[in-house]
Amino acid sequence: MNVLYQIGKYFYFLAKIFKKPEKRKIYLYLIFDEIDKLGINSIGIVFIISIFLGAVVTLQTAYNISSPLIPLWLVGLTARDSMILEFSSTIVGLILAGKVGANVASEIGMMRVNEQIEALEIMGVNSSSYLVLPKIIATVLFFPILTIFSMIVGIGGGYFSAFITDALPTDDFLMGIRYWFHPFYITYSVIKTLVFAFVITSVSAYQGYFVKGGAVEVGKASTRGVVYSSILILLVNVILTELLLK
Amino acid sequence: MIEVKNIYKSFRDKNILKDISITFEQGKTNLIIGQSGSGKTVLLKSIVGLHEVDKGQIIYDNKIFSSMKHVERKKIRKKIGMVFQGGALFDSSTVIENVMFPLKMFTEMTKQEMEKRAKFCLERVDLRDIEDLYPSETSGGMQKRIAIARAIVLEPKYLFFDEPNSGLDPKTAIIIDKLIKELTVDFNTVTVINTHDMNSVAEIGDNIAFIYKGRKWWSGNNEEIFTANNKELNDFVFATKLMREVRNFKLKN
Ligand SMILES: Nc1ncnc2c1ncn2[C@@H]1O[C@H](COP(=O)(O)OP(=O)(O)OP(=O)(O)O)[C@@H](O)[C@H]1O
Ligand SMILES: [Mg+2]
Repeated sequence: MNVLYQIGKYFYFLAKIFKKPEKRKIYLYLIFDEIDKLGINSIGIVFIISIFLGAVVTLQTAYNISSPLIPLWLVGLTARDSMILEFSSTIVGLILAGKVGANVASEIGMMRVNEQIEALEIMGVNSSSYLVLPKIIATVLFFPILTIFSMIVGIGGGYFSAFITDALPTDDFLMGIRYWFHPFYITYSVIKTLVFAFVITSVSAYQGYFVKGGAVEVGKASTRGVVYSSILILLVNVILTELLLK
Repeated sequence: MIEVKNIYKSFRDKNILKDISITFEQGKTNLIIGQSGSGKTVLLKSIVGLHEVDKGQIIYDNKIFSSMKHVERKKIRKKIGMVFQGGALFDSSTVIENVMFPLKMFTEMTKQEMEKRAKFCLERVDLRDIEDLYPSETSGGMQKRIAIARAIVLEPKYLFFDEPNSGLDPKTAIIIDKLIKELTVDFNTVTVINTHDMNSVAEIGDNIAFIYKGRKWWSGNNEEIFTANNKELNDFVFATKLMREVRNFKLKN
């Protein structure tokens, strides 16, 4: 019963967010601000995670192929496809659920407990739209860029691991990553990221927006934002994979 | 004039406000007093529409606010300035950005015009040279004044203060009270102030409504309050030795 109530309230919240925005000019400025805060700021962590993931996938695949019948360039192909299909979007999604989700939920939650949201409402500002819409637009625009960045860095990480170890010759790796390339895989990943961005931002914002109480509650809301976003990402991932790759 | 007529408000099964009727006059400082937890904040937030009342009417200058749609309410809200108990300043914006915010949202002013107006309002509350600080870098008394500057920037007709001088030293508290009084007279606003500060009651209590356990228990002005014959009110007003001495002094003279 409570779950249904929460879901209903979430969609009501979404409807309010997308109800005609206040002044456009201000929103544009806010969107850039959020891209900086939520997007640009996440480049570092995406870089680190992707480079190590790419390296690990490459090394594991290389060491697991012991049969002389399987050509070594398959390692490159596997690393590339794993990065593009799954790791870039899902792992990046989960990382960002932790980072961006916690950030959004706690920022909005603090605004709620400090009565800043009520201050907006009293001025006649649609607080949910003003606070959340720029964040949603920013992440929906920027997360796909992060995903593509992650693919490139991940494949670079794979090459790097081939270069510094003797797991496989770099030439084989390079041949593998150029073999049998499906551009649609990138589209698929980008679509997934768009949905993840929307889910992470809106769910975490929802958790923050309806906080009651004080700092402790904000902490709890922030944790819930991260946990719910992560679970939803995994769920959406399965559904989208079934829909898009069938 | 704001009229509150027989309003009721409950949260789940807890009745917080019971049959409250008060009239708030224009150009006057109208005080709502009462113990912590008596329902002052809920009452103030109900009057401005942050809480929906269960029953009763809230009327702004003959317009029935409580039965208006959201869009109509917005028109009235633009004439409302409110200072929250904790200031409610936007902590990721500087002082001047905070004050300029309503101008940015609701006027077509240029940046220069907005800055000029914001600086004027900051000076009006005796703040200078702090425009580029963040709220967290200012003192509690300054934050209250910044919040007041933000509340008056659009020249409101209705001003609401939720405990404007809680957490301030007596001297700063008096400065804030005087400021509120001046603004009320200068702009001829309907000013409603929640407080449990007896100094404010004595200084600026043009009209006073005493809330006790969610009901309006007594109303009058800051002269009448010293001679009122109402047990709960007396217990509240003369809770301190100092106030009892003030009463004895007043009665003697
Ligand atoms: N959103 C809410 N949901 C449920 N109960 C609430 C809510 N807001 C206030 N209350 C309850 O209403 C009662 C009155 O609270 P209110 O904040 O109005 O007191 P107050 O008179 O402003 O006290 P103080 O002087 O300490 O600010 C309290 O018992 C409080 O628990
Ligand atoms: Mg209060």
